[in-house]
Amino acid sequence: MMHRLLSGDYPRSAVLSTLVVVIVLALAFAPFLFPGPLAYRTYSSICLFTMLVLSYDILLGYTRIISFAHAMFYGIGAYAMAIALRDIGPNWTAMAVGMTAGLTTALAVAFVIALFSLRVRAVFFALVTLAVAVGFMTLVSKLYTFTGGEDGIAFQVPFVLGPGYTFTESPVPGFDLVGFLGSGDLAGSVFDVRTSGALLVYYVLFVAAIGVFLALLRMMNSPFGRVCQAIRENEFRAEALGYRTVVFRTINVCISAMIAAFAGALAAVSLRYISPDAVLSFDLMVNILLMTVIGGMGTLYGAIVGTTLFVLAETYLQSLLALAHDASAPLPLLAAMLDPERWYLWLGVLFVLSVYFFPRGIVGQLRARARRRAHRRATTDAANPPQNPSETPG
Amino acid sequence: MSETTQGSPARPSWRTRIAAALEARPHYLLLGLVAVIALFVMPLNVWVSLTVAGLAMGLILFVVSSGMTLIFGLMGVLNLAHGAFITVGAYIGASVFLMLAGWPALAAVSQALLIIPAALATLAAAALLGLVFERVFIKPVYDDHLRQILVTVGGAIIIAELIVVFWGAHEIPLPRPDVLRGAFVFGGVAFEKYRLFAVGVGLAVYWGMLAVIQYTRVGLLIRAGVENGEMVQALGYRIKLLFIAVFAAGTALGAFGGVLWGFYEELIHIEMGEHLLVDVIIVIIMGGLGSITGCFYSALVVGLLTNYMGFVAPTFSEFSSIVLMVLVLMWRPQGLIPVVKV
Repeated sequence: MMHRLLSGDYPRSAVLSTLVVVIVLALAFAPFLFPGPLAYRTYSSICLFTMLVLSYDILLGYTRIISFAHAMFYGIGAYAMAIALRDIGPNWTAMAVGMTAGLTTALAVAFVIALFSLRVRAVFFALVTLAVAVGFMTLVSKLYTFTGGEDGIAFQVPFVLGPGYTFTESPVPGFDLVGFLGSGDLAGSVFDVRTSGALLVYYVLFVAAIGVFLALLRMMNSPFGRVCQAIRENEFRAEALGYRTVVFRTINVCISAMIAAFAGALAAVSLRYISPDAVLSFDLMVNILLMTVIGGMGTLYGAIVGTTLFVLAETYLQSLLALAHDASAPLPLLAAMLDPERWYLWLGVLFVLSVYFFPRGIVGQLRARARRRAHRRATTDAANPPQNPSETPG
Repeated sequence: MSETTQGSPARPSWRTRIAAALEARPHYLLLGLVAVIALFVMPLNVWVSLTVAGLAMGLILFVVSSGMTLIFGLMGVLNLAHGAFITVGAYIGASVFLMLAGWPALAAVSQALLIIPAALATLAAAALLGLVFERVFIKPVYDDHLRQILVTVGGAIIIAELIVVFWGAHEIPLPRPDVLRGAFVFGGVAFEKYRLFAVGVGLAVYWGMLAVIQYTRVGLLIRAGVENGEMVQALGYRIKLLFIAVFAAGTALGAFGGVLWGFYEELIHIEMGEHLLVDVIIVIIMGGLGSITGCFYSALVVGLLTNYMGFVAPTFSEFSSIVLMVLVLMWRPQGLIPVVKV
């Protein structure tokens, strides 16, 4: 059962398994463990970004295609959904139309980009996608009658998915985990969870993220995925073995773009408001890149770990910096660098350091450690024949 | 137009001659095409002033882009932190200029002359910054495109944030000196002085670069290095030193371009380099990665097209150069002038 679900691609590290299980469990019960709108936004965006990062990982990690247009596809999905809901009205038809339009547009754009830029050198694709993504962004802000411009679009979702709807008469009890760990007050940590449409939307996001994860594990452990990895390792040889690498890369780009658009459409439903800053900006693209690399490229598990850490850091690194900022007040320059607003500076430093020292990210590091340990155990224990650790992708 | 520039002694049919011209001088054709089509859709005096504006913008773009394309051509490093260097350059230049302009001892000196020390300071500071950046960020990841891209993106984040730390996040107005302000009218067409100035500076940089690359020993090594770095090394030259020098020079050029652009817009802000980077990327892809001449012509084309489209269809002015890039890439996947010929 487990083997089929994970397509035989296990975490391969006890620490990583624990981490993934904890994250998935926490997300599964998140609305009942973490109260408040800030927490709701945090765990929703973990699910959304996980989908986005997963779909980016099959490009960057598995096939070594560097794309800077991933945020654009996310934005395409989000804008299609938003425009459909705005113009048709808050009903299910609009959502179906928006989702279909988003996926088809993303597919078409990805196909065109792939067609003229995948034929040439790898760096070309990076540059072309960067230019196209920024061009798309300026187009969206200029065509404001259609897209709402810089102000974005606020719209309504079907009533069942809105915060005004409740499924049950009485609220369901929840248990404030963080509050309990802080105060130790068992009875005081119980809070009411309203079974609103927002809760339903969150669970849609959660199930979608799990589904995307398992589907991509399946895809990357299939013959298709193996060819993609072969292209990553040595494109010339893959071509010489008779695989038409351009076809594989194009398919990969298209699938990845469609998943990004799917995540974008869900994001629109979840946020009920979109703007170029939120779903299209270059900062978002850089964030996707950071999450993928920090988590570990070419592992898919890295997407879960990296995204969770990143989103938590985004929320909590700032409060940590605020403490350091106050402590360093006598030194103005240092204080300015430790300003909570400057958390991105430290993230950049962390990112560069991790590219130097842990190019395989958290997951790669954990797996290497587990392998070393298994190897040591195998060599010290003469009774067991030394087992050959299986090759890790990434 | 370019068809007539390419003569052939054997007098082949005009069709093969056009094909040969297209093959040999695609950049003239593109430049001519953009300018001539524009001539038909707007009045002549508008066309002339837009052409001057486009040339000025194009030449500033060239100054900004040439460093990045040179670095790529020689070392194969795709420096995505180039945009951040443009911003840094603009900030350093503006600070030095505003400081000198506010100094009472220099009140008698024409403000236009103060641009010179500001530009020199920018060049020196940016070259130093490039040196440090190459040692700290790029050196550990030569021969690995993916990690180069990641590291330079990280470097760009760090530099952009440090600019905010040192200068603050607000915009800084940068008024041009009086001499370069305003326009003079000639034959019913207004020529903005600063645009002509930018055209002059840009052309000087272009010819200067060509001269260095064509006639000096360093230029010879750069050309050889672009073609085959290993061979240069095998002949006993320390190509790593050349890399450092070119990286510093490329960074300095980008920063200098940032100063020019800052005076052009009369305003500098944190995101100017990032905005400009898109045009830079379009320019260097279209020109052929690593090619100085290609970079020059495609910068002119992008400058002209952006200005013409700004008049004809402002909504699409920024998008048009991307469409043009796509078309050029479909026509010539390696860019206008492919890499080896610097």
